Amino acid sequence: MLSSVIHVDDLSASYQKNKVLNDVSFEVKKGTITAIVGPNGAGKSTLIKTMLGLHPKLTGNVSFWGNSFKAAKKKIGYVPQRGSVDWDFPTDALDVVTMGLYGKIGWFRIPSKKDKEKAMNALKKMGMESYAHRQISQLSGGQQQRVFLARALAQDAELYFMDEPLAGVDASTEKAIMTILKELKSNGKTVLVVHHDLQTVPEYFDHVLFLNKTVYAHGETEEVFTKDNIATTYGGDMQWVGKGDQYVIQSTSH
Amino acid sequence: MLSNLLHINTLWVMASTMILGIAAGGIGCLAYWKRQNLMSDALSHAALPGVVVAFLIIQEKNLLLLVIGAALSALLGAFFIQWFTSASRITEDTAMGMTLSVFYGVGVMLLAIANRSPGGNQSGLNNFIYGQAAAMVRSDVITMVVLAAIVIFIIFIAFKEWKLFLFDPDFAKGIGLSIRGMNVLYTIVLVTTIVIGIQAVGVILMAAMLIIPAVSARYWTHSFKMMILLSSVIGGLSGAFGTWVSSTGSGLPTGPFIVLTSAAVFTISLFFGKEHGIVIRYIQFKMQQRSSRLDHQQVMTGKGGRSQ
Ligand SMILES: Nc1ncnc2c1ncn2[C@@H]1O[C@H](COP(=O)(O)OP(=O)(O)OP(=O)(O)O)[C@@H](O)[C@H]1O
Ligand SMILES: [Mg+2]
Repeated sequence: MLSSVIHVDDLSASYQKNKVLNDVSFEVKKGTITAIVGPNGAGKSTLIKTMLGLHPKLTGNVSFWGNSFKAAKKKIGYVPQRGSVDWDFPTDALDVVTMGLYGKIGWFRIPSKKDKEKAMNALKKMGMESYAHRQISQLSGGQQQRVFLARALAQDAELYFMDEPLAGVDASTEKAIMTILKELKSNGKTVLVVHHDLQTVPEYFDHVLFLNKTVYAHGETEEVFTKDNIATTYGGDMQWVGKGDQYVIQSTSH
Repeated sequence: MLSNLLHINTLWVMASTMILGIAAGGIGCLAYWKRQNLMSDALSHAALPGVVVAFLIIQEKNLLLLVIGAALSALLGAFFIQWFTSASRITEDTAMGMTLSVFYGVGVMLLAIANRSPGGNQSGLNNFIYGQAAAMVRSDVITMVVLAAIVIFIIFIAFKEWKLFLFDPDFAKGIGLSIRGMNVLYTIVLVTTIVIGIQAVGVILMAAMLIIPAVSARYWTHSFKMMILLSSVIGGLSGAFGTWVSSTGSGLPTGPFIVLTSAAVFTISLFFGKEHGIVIRYIQFKMQQRSSRLDHQQVMTGKGGRSQ
């Protein structure tokens, strides 16, 4: 039997008066890749931030391997949305990836040569070794995304949260990233990914979580990735257009 | 001039403004990447009432106690800014602008009162406005050097922690760095640097000691570590040089000369800086243009020049 890595119970969160998450409950099993899908503003990023203690929760409980986030954080990797940092900051790609090792290196210690090698290996995995000493401000959006993923790889975590790692990347970067995710999965790691492209969900993910303020459906992709679930999650202003086996969602709002 | 330079007291004072400049240059980089340049200006102005109140209470000019008063009132200012921003619709820069002017106004008013009190006129409190390094006595210098050394130590010991905290605080928190702790430490070192500097540089110009070296350094390097080092060097040299110049005339304020020195360094950096300096950028662009023109011509002639 597969054991649950994440338990989320009755979680809710808000920004000022705005409640953006309500009664969110779900469990995630070890060794799975889950897509978190939902319209813009559904609270996907907020869900991840709240689970990781970056945003305060109103009610509810989140546990990892039966422990609190605090006890488990060494085993958790987080790839934030690319726009969340200042890419003008004076540092290079290798240095950013090395940050993934800071937890292991320990505070107030200088990264060793070995640490730099580990970081370099992570960059290599993402096909970015030739950009190791490139200023991060001089990387393209897709390359920045690869650097973020390399940092997460360097962290060598058991559980990964990724907020839209495929946003704005080209086909080859998308392939590279998905290959890495599949590899993580085959190594028994657990991955949660905020994802926007519904067409690729069945191909890339074995589980889907439909979120729009609350969980609309959650389970194995084959079972829950249905027209009905998509339509209810994305709301009335969305129209389902079936084109053969392609999944196309069109907005009917103007 | 030379004899002046060799005067032992001048050397002492120069050494202290130099170490102050080093600390301010380093902290300035942190403030720069926290995008809080105006904050240092607000905090230094907010320090003034604290200095005067401390003097009115103890009735003598003991720098350590005045500095503690300054720190308390700067922190009060920081608290107001924080509180206004989170509890009302006022934006942060508005809150800073208001705090800056109100605290400074109160400070100047209290200063007028203090100057009327017996002994107040000779107290040298006015120096806190424009800065007068020469007014510092031996114990002032020691206070300043010790505190600045602590600040420098804190910046340099935690290089990678500052970097992570400034670049990606969410990620930092995820791997166990306390963001609240770093924020507290940052505020403490920032306020400490400001308050130890105000006697020598003055509350009006203190923020320039933090901001100008940092932006100047930005033109020379792409590495955070180098930026802090360079900014510290620029700050230290400006501190020493500005002090020396101001000591050549009697009663010249120190602050303006320090700021002018670093502004000169900034101007040079702006034009000739290796990274995005105006002249360098222009030259690089022209070279690119010429080489691609040459390429273009080669392609054309290779084709037999028909398209001409
Ligand atoms: N810092 C904030 N302050 C106030 N409201 C916010 C803030 N961040 C998000 N919100 C609101 O909370 C809701 C959920 O936002 P969230 O970023 O979690 O959505 P999302 O599902 O990640 O959207 P997207 O697909 O666009 O990334 C939105 O309605 C948004 O307007
Ligand atoms: Mg989001």
